[in-house]
Amino acid sequence: MLAVTIQIAFALVTIAVIMSFFRLLRGPDMPDRILALDTLYINTIALLVLLGIYLGSALFFEAALLIALMGFIGTVALCKYLLRGDIIE
Amino acid sequence: MLEYFLSFLILTGALLTFIGSLGLVRLKDLYTRLHGPTKATTLGVGCLLIASSIYFSTYTENISLHEVLITLFLFITAPVSAHLLAKAALHLNLHSIAKTPENDIEAESSAADNTELSGNTENTGSGGSGTAQGNPQKAPDQIRQ
Repeated sequence: MLAVTIQIAFALVTIAVIMSFFRLLRGPDMPDRILALDTLYINTIALLVLLGIYLGSALFFEAALLIALMGFIGTVALCKYLLRGDIIE
Repeated sequence: MLEYFLSFLILTGALLTFIGSLGLVRLKDLYTRLHGPTKATTLGVGCLLIASSIYFSTYTENISLHEVLITLFLFITAPVSAHLLAKAALHLNLHSIAKTPENDIEAESSAADNTELSGNTENTGSGGSGTAQGNPQKAPDQIRQ
């Protein structure tokens, strides 16, 4: 039961990754691409959590936490660059 | 029983993640596109992380609390990044599919100015008198025009 559900969830989240990657390539403006990157790292966190349940290993949570941290910092830095023309003033 | 509950949580989380990215692809403009991922993805990832926390707390001896940390961090940072993205989009003057509200006084007066500039003075009489009564400070400007 759980194995089948996890495989369906893998498929759904992988399609989500592909769709946000499509928006990253196509997005007409810069904020669209930043939003697509934001969605991409959140989808990657979901994939890592699913992989942790699937393999029964608790090793992936530190990686997921690091991705969340670095992704947020990247989003904020890119938005500050768009807003002010500079990241650290 | 627990397995069914875990399956429900995992399926809900994956579906919400999928719907968030579907909104990112399908919606028309950035301000509506912001809405999909920032809400649905954090809710979806939150469901997945809660499922993972319950799974590792029951199938191993020790209680697993890393997931709660990630959930807390995501719930704090998602509105901040969405706010910054909306600010950047407003700064860049991106195209929005939303219309300007009709009852707004400034929007109405600017619309009246635009129609007067373009020579189309059909509906500006009632609108102009309405703004003159509603806002006496703007009356001299409109009389001069």
